[in-house]
Amino acid sequence: MDTRIELRVDGEQRSLTVDTRTTLLDALRERLGVTTPKKGCDHGQCGSCTVLLDGRRATTCLALAVAHAGSEITTAAGLADGEELHPVARAFLEHDGLQCGYCTPGQICSAVGMLDEAEAGWPSSVTEHGEGGAALDESELDDEEIRERMSGNLCRCGAYANIVTAIREAANGSGR
Amino acid sequence: MDFLRPTSWRDALEAKAHHPDATPIAGGTDVMVEINFDHRRPTSLLDLTGIDELASWSEHGGKLRIGAGLPYTRLIDELGDRLPGLAIAARTVGSPQIRNRGTLGGNLASASPAGDGHPPLLASGAEVEVESVRGTRLLPVEEFFTGVKRHALASDELISAVHIAPATGAQQFSKIGTRNAMVIAVCTFAIALHPERQRVGTGLGSAAPTPLRAIEAEEFLSGELADSGQWDSPRPLDDSVVRQFGDLVARAASPIDDVRSTADYRTHALGVMARRTLGWVWDEYRNHPSSTGRPECA
Amino acid sequence: MSDHAPARSPQDLDDSIAGGIGESPTRPDGALKVRGEYAYASDLWAEDMLWGATLRSPHPYARIRSIDIGPALATPGVYAVLTHSDVPGENLYGLKIVDQPVLAVDVVRYRGEAVALVAADHPETARRAMERIEVDYEVLEPITDPELAAHDTTLPELHPGGNVVRHQPIVKGDPEASADVVVSGLYTLGMQDQAFLGPEAGLAVPAPDGGVDLYLATQDLHSDRKQTAQALGLPPEKVRMTMSGVGGAFGGREDLSIQVHCSMLALHTGKPVKMVYDREESFHGHVHRHPAKMYYEHGATRDGDLVYVRATLYFDGGAYASKTPVVVGNGTTLGIGPYAVPNVRIEGWGLYTNNPPCGAMRGLGAVQPALAYEAQMDKLADALGMDPVEVRIRNALSQGGTTPTGQVLDYPAPVAELLDRVRRLPLPAEHDSAPADIRDLPGGASNTTHGEGVVRGIGYGVCIKNICYAEGADDYSTARVRLQIIGGEPLAVVHTAAAEVGQGLVTVQQQIARTELGVERVNIHPNDTDVGPAGSSSASRQTYVTGGAVRNACEAVRDVLLQRVAARSGESIGDLSLSGGKVVSSATGVLADLADVIGDDVIEETREYHHRETYPLDEELGTSERAQVQHAFSAHRAVVDVDTELGLVKVVQLDCSQDVGKAMNPEAVIGQIQGGSAQGLGLAVMEEIRVDGGTIRNASFTDYLIPTILDMPPMNIDVIERADPNSPYGVRGVGEPPTISSTPAVVAAIRAATGKALTHTPVAPEHIIADIPR
Repeated sequence: MDTRIELRVDGEQRSLTVDTRTTLLDALRERLGVTTPKKGCDHGQCGSCTVLLDGRRATTCLALAVAHAGSEITTAAGLADGEELHPVARAFLEHDGLQCGYCTPGQICSAVGMLDEAEAGWPSSVTEHGEGGAALDESELDDEEIRERMSGNLCRCGAYANIVTAIREAANGSGR
Repeated sequence: MDFLRPTSWRDALEAKAHHPDATPIAGGTDVMVEINFDHRRPTSLLDLTGIDELASWSEHGGKLRIGAGLPYTRLIDELGDRLPGLAIAARTVGSPQIRNRGTLGGNLASASPAGDGHPPLLASGAEVEVESVRGTRLLPVEEFFTGVKRHALASDELISAVHIAPATGAQQFSKIGTRNAMVIAVCTFAIALHPERQRVGTGLGSAAPTPLRAIEAEEFLSGELADSGQWDSPRPLDDSVVRQFGDLVARAASPIDDVRSTADYRTHALGVMARRTLGWVWDEYRNHPSSTGRPECA
Repeated sequence: MSDHAPARSPQDLDDSIAGGIGESPTRPDGALKVRGEYAYASDLWAEDMLWGATLRSPHPYARIRSIDIGPALATPGVYAVLTHSDVPGENLYGLKIVDQPVLAVDVVRYRGEAVALVAADHPETARRAMERIEVDYEVLEPITDPELAAHDTTLPELHPGGNVVRHQPIVKGDPEASADVVVSGLYTLGMQDQAFLGPEAGLAVPAPDGGVDLYLATQDLHSDRKQTAQALGLPPEKVRMTMSGVGGAFGGREDLSIQVHCSMLALHTGKPVKMVYDREESFHGHVHRHPAKMYYEHGATRDGDLVYVRATLYFDGGAYASKTPVVVGNGTTLGIGPYAVPNVRIEGWGLYTNNPPCGAMRGLGAVQPALAYEAQMDKLADALGMDPVEVRIRNALSQGGTTPTGQVLDYPAPVAELLDRVRRLPLPAEHDSAPADIRDLPGGASNTTHGEGVVRGIGYGVCIKNICYAEGADDYSTARVRLQIIGGEPLAVVHTAAAEVGQGLVTVQQQIARTELGVERVNIHPNDTDVGPAGSSSASRQTYVTGGAVRNACEAVRDVLLQRVAARSGESIGDLSLSGGKVVSSATGVLADLADVIGDDVIEETREYHHRETYPLDEELGTSERAQVQHAFSAHRAVVDVDTELGLVKVVQLDCSQDVGKAMNPEAVIGQIQGGSAQGLGLAVMEEIRVDGGTIRNASFTDYLIPTILDMPPMNIDVIERADPNSPYGVRGVGEPPTISSTPAVVAAIRAATGKALTHTPVAPEHIIADIPR
């Protein structure tokens, strides 16, 4: 069954017709030509398709397009401010946090979402639950925390060490 | 495939009554896998994410009522202090992205023997609230699971919530996986002390066709503790008691060989996890009889 | 060329980055990649394109009685359904042995073999149509044991000529030598997957000249073109290939996947056709690392000097040969490791079975024996009561030493130095007795231990890997370099067919051109078949051969320029050089701006680089004056914490010393060592394709696990540069060695912690619990 939906993708209002079975990832890639999120596994086990969905990181292969009609989606392409790279993207480039680059758009969206989560005081899988969800200060987002919070994004080239460095630098640079 | 997106719980129940074949979907982290892999071709999907009340929780009469649509991240953040066992388990579900969307209700509806959320619910004696246009009923969680990926829901029923008492004693959860993140459990074990009832609760995952309690182990340990007056004046447990408890937990399991591990390993590991987690909760109980048992080092 | 050039194809790489040889400039494809704008093969799209799909065999071994495509073809939206009878050219291909059908004819030899193709207007339509293709199979009993395939003559022959792909003995000295101290063992290795994150994909566009333009992700354009043209019955020039973004390769893109299939559908329908595998199909659609069964016996003096090594290795090649002959060659020639041993007898077998085909993966053929010979060295150290590093250093190969094939190493071989250096790298802090942070313990956040049962172990591994193609292959690459003035500035354009697969080859090519031509701006032309072959991005060879070709082409361009200036200025050409966009004389200083010398000209030169000749192995004795052109070495030290009661492992630290000859781009070298080590760690503790009766049981990322960011520990990396006098700039291949020596180091550390024999890799928790003590 086809349904007409609207999505706001990287700041642009888009209208499209999708079969109800269509994942958000396929809708973006095949219907809208937005190929920034990558397909790596089809079931949420690699993180390559991560975008910011209404501001929170989500794997689009596990989301139905029709269920997200009206949503705001930001891909790695939409993070840039024109020619100016997003600070996290810039850090990935400068610290060589990538090789083949296939996982990179997902890594960067995940990192941006993760930094927001950390700032909002959301616990990682191991941080102690703070009273009232107090925001983490900069010193708490150490390498180990970054790794815990980035554990949903695989990188087969094994650029993990540089990914951690890039995110740490970006977090510090932006005053977090 | 039809797509139904009710915005109220009442509409959701009506929709399910009219479309008993409809597959409910919340976070989508299980259902979408089945659709993407073509393991399932539902005639219609019932999207429950538009129902705000489903993603909330409340407290009534000393029990927590957790809406079936509450994502794990919020569960950990908002209820982690009162449900430490469930929170430890929730932290091991999938990836951070999946925890942002996955829900306890969805985990129950999949009824996988490997579902990470199930053992703590078993150990805590949780109840599943299911509802249809015909009415509401509360099912003890161990009656909810009826087979591999099968549950006790009638075709017009939806899971509305889980009722669970806040921890009254220490709770623990352990999960074996062969990777440090994003891994389906080889097997899991949950334990909860209930000092007010002088009872011990357990839950085992990936140990049998359904998640289950190790009832003999619970009876044995509860009896041992009561007989020796340990609830009132806790002392270190005898090694023989800890060993027997581990053996009884292992004996409760009837695991299989599969691509993730072997039956022998699972049986062995359940025994080890049972012994260790018992040691942790008992240490905590001895040191802080009134505390709720968060992992000391997390 | 066609009217249907795809949208989102070739990339504009950054040509404005500074940095020459020995520096670490950022990668020119980096900005596109972080923006998500780098177009991978799966991102390609053309107006009016169709979607291709492949029907694969559900049986490991079966006879095909009939195929009925009628119902599938009648499906609305379906444009073509093709079977073997539609293959226009030769229905066989292969890298080393041409033995694999494009589409199965009357027999399928593995679960997942391609049987039919569909083109439809939508992927879902293509899938539905595939379900309507009726194939009548007569299921046969599969051959699944490679050792039996080698010796049991009663088994059916899977290919004409039998089930042995290659049998290679290597004999040195006295093969029957005896020794005072003898250790032996049987070691097995599971099947590893490359698990590149970007599955196979391509877009074929039919061309007006009857040919086809194929945009794809591959490791070797020309190898693909040769095989594809043959199968399509077209001359090679009518099969034009252009590289798209490659989402990782690691050997898994050396064999054909979509190339012929996609082209057949495009030529048949007259429309562009796109094919993309999903993850499950990817597991069936590419070759894997050969599983191996390895019998080893080492003899040594009581002082710890190796007297002999005898070994028999069985490599399971699966249904088709792919790189099996090379695996046998590498596995046997490198089978004793980087050690000097006077007496050797090694026998290597590569077999056909009905298991999934195996071929290239990083560390080709050298990964398997390293697990065995390093386990043996530890066992020997144990038997001798010696330190495991000491026994290795004592027997280490060195420059001037002789390999088992009789080749004398005429370049540095700092094996002992690497071992000594890696053991001196700082160790992590020991746990104190207080409850540790569970993040630091085996199991991590899964909360399986608060310290109970945890034992630390340390292990070492060292390896040898041949670089470049071997055994007589004419190994070369081609580069075209153009220099012209654009906007008043010199711009060099480097054009090769060498595949950038993530390793940073485009960065190194820019660095070489900047240094050799003394210019700032270097543009990397998209890789295509308009320039000569580069060979594969494999065998750690591209910086060596394509680096050499770019250097040669730059030198040729430079010669043209300098000759012009010498003729004009009367200076001797030997005194002239290029620097900062100027021609400089060592005698008289700046002579001219390149802008003036070149003017409106375009100076373009194409050069090849061939490395020193290698020679085949003697079929009976394995001798060869130079079987391999270069060898590379790395040593790892692994520190692990093992939960000895649950069998869970946390790799706490993984350190590496490696000789890279010359670090052309030091940061990229580190990246290769980190990445290779991660894949080696994965093989040590989690990565195995589980094959049961010929069928893969875990063709998904749920159950084929690769390391996450939490599994990869911190590394101390120590890079040394002992230049090879025979290679361009002294480089030594970098990419593969760290994949090889990391795995035995981790397994050795687990053995040290548990005292268990652990003869199978990857080591699973149930092995640690159940296994016998060593």
